[in-house]
Amino acid sequence: MALTLDEVRKVALLARLRLSDEELAHLTPQLAQIVGYVEHLGELDTTGIEPLAHPVELHSVFAEDEPLASLPRSDALANAPKQDGECYRVPPVLGD
Amino acid sequence: MNESPFDLIIGLEVHVQLLTRSKLFCRCDTRFGAPPNTQTCPVCIGLPGSLPVMNREAFRLSLKTAVALNCEIPPLTKWDRKNYYYPDLPKGYQISQYDLPMSREGWLEISDSKGAFAPKRVGIIRAHLEEDAGKSMHDEAAGKGDTRIDLNRAGTPLLEIVSHPDLRSPAEAKAYLTDLKLLLTYLGVSDCNMQEGSLRVDANVNLHVRSGDAMVATPIVEIKNMNSFRAVERALAYEAQRQYEEWQATGRCKGDTPKRTFGWDDQRMLTYPQREKEESADYRYLPDPDLPPVVVTDVELAAVHGSLGELPAALRARLQADFQLSSYDAEVIVNQGRALADYYLAVATGCGDGKLAANWVTQEVLRLVNEQYGEIQQFPVSPDALAELIRAVAAGKIPGPRAKDVFAAMVERKIGADDACQELGIAAVDQGALTELCRELLAANPRVVADVKNGKAQAVASLIGQARKRNPNVNPNDFRNLCLELIQQM
Repeated sequence: MALTLDEVRKVALLARLRLSDEELAHLTPQLAQIVGYVEHLGELDTTGIEPLAHPVELHSVFAEDEPLASLPRSDALANAPKQDGECYRVPPVLGD
Repeated sequence: MNESPFDLIIGLEVHVQLLTRSKLFCRCDTRFGAPPNTQTCPVCIGLPGSLPVMNREAFRLSLKTAVALNCEIPPLTKWDRKNYYYPDLPKGYQISQYDLPMSREGWLEISDSKGAFAPKRVGIIRAHLEEDAGKSMHDEAAGKGDTRIDLNRAGTPLLEIVSHPDLRSPAEAKAYLTDLKLLLTYLGVSDCNMQEGSLRVDANVNLHVRSGDAMVATPIVEIKNMNSFRAVERALAYEAQRQYEEWQATGRCKGDTPKRTFGWDDQRMLTYPQREKEESADYRYLPDPDLPPVVVTDVELAAVHGSLGELPAALRARLQADFQLSSYDAEVIVNQGRALADYYLAVATGCGDGKLAANWVTQEVLRLVNEQYGEIQQFPVSPDALAELIRAVAAGKIPGPRAKDVFAAMVERKIGADDACQELGIAAVDQGALTELCRELLAANPRVVADVKNGKAQAVASLIGQARKRNPNVNPNDFRNLCLELIQQM
């Protein structure tokens, strides 16, 4: 299946990946090949067959509602590119 | 006859936080008001390799709610990833439910005791279980500085309840929210407290405008940022007018423009368009591979049905049927919550008079609870003690006019009716003592006797004050009637 540059640009934007024109040109046929590979599944007639929600016959797995200790705040914030000891800090979010 | 040039079509989306002790997919505490980022762990902040596991109690509370809302419960339900980027969504996706939600097609009945609208069933499209995002706070102190993110709330279980667009007025919308909150608090599944954020409302609104013989639909607007039921009413009223004026000016119909999002400004009392996103959201829903589906068996469902307890509508009906209350009084009692309703039931059953019990509970008790005690659980007079007081008054053992004094002493001193009467020196005045008192006062006031004999029965009233000075327990009515009787015999 052929993919247009525009379609790949859109997917890159949704994934928040900044691609140069060179990378776009390079990746587009690769992505098209991957999609094409998955499309092989279209050869099967799946009329009337229930979609598989999960590959394992497992269901209804629960944990009991008992609170346990959370991370110390300093640990939670440790890998943040920017934080002020209390909160993560991110560039201002507009239009909230 | 509807004179309005349009019908207002409203659908409400309500998110309620479920009353679990821990989060939906991890065991972080969900207690409100903790310092920022002290209730998080690798799962809810989305660290690589962490895996979610469903909170059993969260699912149970969702099921209870959906059943109480008369929903169909499918035998199999699953969770899906809703993908988008936002700083308060640490995984880059929200775990929600897309095509196999845990419940669908239910209803909630609403009515208005003052008759603002006819009783009706509001359809519910679906109710599903999903996780909450964290909180973004804009640092105004630093001017146009950073946004601060607190992830304590991320992962809290939310039940999203989506109504059909069956609501036709701000009053109906408010009634829906009020009755939904009442139901959910009776079930004990949520606090439904908008101030604390445990209940949030978005509205979808458009108009059906009468244009000649035809009906034209205006484009749908989603309204956000309404922080109270009153704000919802105001926003809907404003938006109805705004859409009508916009339609008159532009003639734009549903389908001409995509759905827009507006915010409600409670200060300026208007809806304003929110910034449109650069590209339309494509959530790329996919089944979450980390969460197995949940199967609900018929046995489990039957157990849930049995566990609901008496719901507000049924309780209102029972108070009217079994305790002879008016629909208004029944509503007042039920609206105060299950704890107060239970208190009332104990008093009414204990004293045997539903109406008397209602008067005492809705006036004396409620007043004190609201002024001083906060909630009925803190009120110092037990329902049994109050029932005893009411019985004693009805039996004439405590003079009617002194009942409130006795009650006040019971509240203040935390004692029973008998002890309160003893302390206050209140006792029913026996017939002999009353007769003596009447004869004494009549003998000392011949003018009064003469006036009464001349047809002015009300002259006796002037003696009541003196009688009560001699014995504060005298019942004015008993005194007056006895005096009149005695004068007749003179």
